[in-house]
Amino acid sequence: MREIRSEEIRDCVRRLCVEACCVLPRDVRDCLEKSWGEESWPPAREILDRIIENYHIAEESMCPICQDTGVACVFLEIGQDLHIEGDIEKAVNEGVAAGYTEGCLRKSVVVDPVLNRKNSGDNTPAMIYYELVPGDRLKVTVAPKGFGSENMSRIKMLKPADGIEGVKDFIVRTAEEAGPNPCPPVVVGVGIGGTFDKAALMAKKALLRPLDERNPDPAYAALEEELRERINALGMGPQGLGGRTYALAVNIDTFATHIAGLPVAVNINCHVARHRTEVL
Amino acid sequence: MALKIRTPLSRGEARALRCGDSVEISGVIYTARDAAHKRLCELLEAGEPLPFDPAGAVIYFAGPAPARPGQPIGPVGPTTSYRMDPYSPALIRAGLTGMIGKGRRSPEVVAAMKECGAVYFGAIGGCAALLAKCVKKAEVVCYEDLGAEAVRRLEVEDFPVTVIIDAEGNDLYEKGREAYLKAMEEERG
Repeated sequence: MREIRSEEIRDCVRRLCVEACCVLPRDVRDCLEKSWGEESWPPAREILDRIIENYHIAEESMCPICQDTGVACVFLEIGQDLHIEGDIEKAVNEGVAAGYTEGCLRKSVVVDPVLNRKNSGDNTPAMIYYELVPGDRLKVTVAPKGFGSENMSRIKMLKPADGIEGVKDFIVRTAEEAGPNPCPPVVVGVGIGGTFDKAALMAKKALLRPLDERNPDPAYAALEEELRERINALGMGPQGLGGRTYALAVNIDTFATHIAGLPVAVNINCHVARHRTEVL
Repeated sequence: MALKIRTPLSRGEARALRCGDSVEISGVIYTARDAAHKRLCELLEAGEPLPFDPAGAVIYFAGPAPARPGQPIGPVGPTTSYRMDPYSPALIRAGLTGMIGKGRRSPEVVAAMKECGAVYFGAIGGCAALLAKCVKKAEVVCYEDLGAEAVRRLEVEDFPVTVIIDAEGNDLYEKGREAYLKAMEEERG
């Protein structure tokens, strides 16, 4: 059985935190630049110019693209034939603490949500998601998530009778209500089906899919395009100040669900749609 | 062409700004976000002085990332403003004439802006590395225990913002979208 030391995981997480916060993924850049070309409204173009200039400055100086370097969402796909030596949770949190401290990233985590909102000081704990997969590798993805966009996310337990129109309306309405708040242009992650929590997790994981990659099911791929068009036709534009470019992409994931249910979760991400992956 | 303004910003200067104006701010602005606003308003309620003079002050809703050695400040973009809505009216009545943030404001905030003469500026959310270049000096004024949320005094030069809501209550989030949709309709004929 293949072995991996928890220190390797710690070092990997540390690297990924810094790189994710300072270097925007290729697919997001391509999508922003493509959107610039398709945007005819001059004030909107000007905002996209600034956004593009900003991520260039960030990468050149290895400075965070946004001051909200988020909570560290860490996705671990663990091969079932891999043995991890040491404490994996501790390793991830040590990696987050080291990355956020050494990389001059902002520490934005409070230790208790209501009764004691004291900053933890090193951005831990991370939000860790474990998944067992075939094989003997470990895939580590770090996705720092800012809360301007997280706060605009919504979940609704629709009735089966609401059907596809109910699903579409809920997604479009969530984007319209978010308006200028989540730093548009945004990425809209959608989870449909499963349970209350499964829908939310699918919506979050949908944000990790490259923006130029559509759902493998042609019907859902078409729905993604239709929803992106409908949201952009609202005219909210970059920063909500008017224009075409509001949703860079709508990424939908689905799962089987109960005969009585139709859960829909919408997780919004800002244009600083950060995530970085390494396979150990 | 951007209008250049210098802080402190008088009530009269604030009233002269119009929704949609591009503005470059120079002078001193103060950062404050959720936790600092709560403390500032507790001081106001207790009738105690604020840690900075609110008369003509401009508050930037922001919490920077740590500065690298040799740099005055780390990346510093705006945070979403509605979370400060419960606190802003009291600060406006205490003398505040400008707020910089992103996102919608409540009717109560807009009412206080109209009543007293204050404006709400938008900076581009997520452009933190770019905006940090306009900050020449930064120092913590108070609440150091809050870390990124401490109140900081920033000396800025040509800090780029847009007037989102003016002192008459005109809102660029509504007007900008309307103008775009109208132009598209006309284009389609």
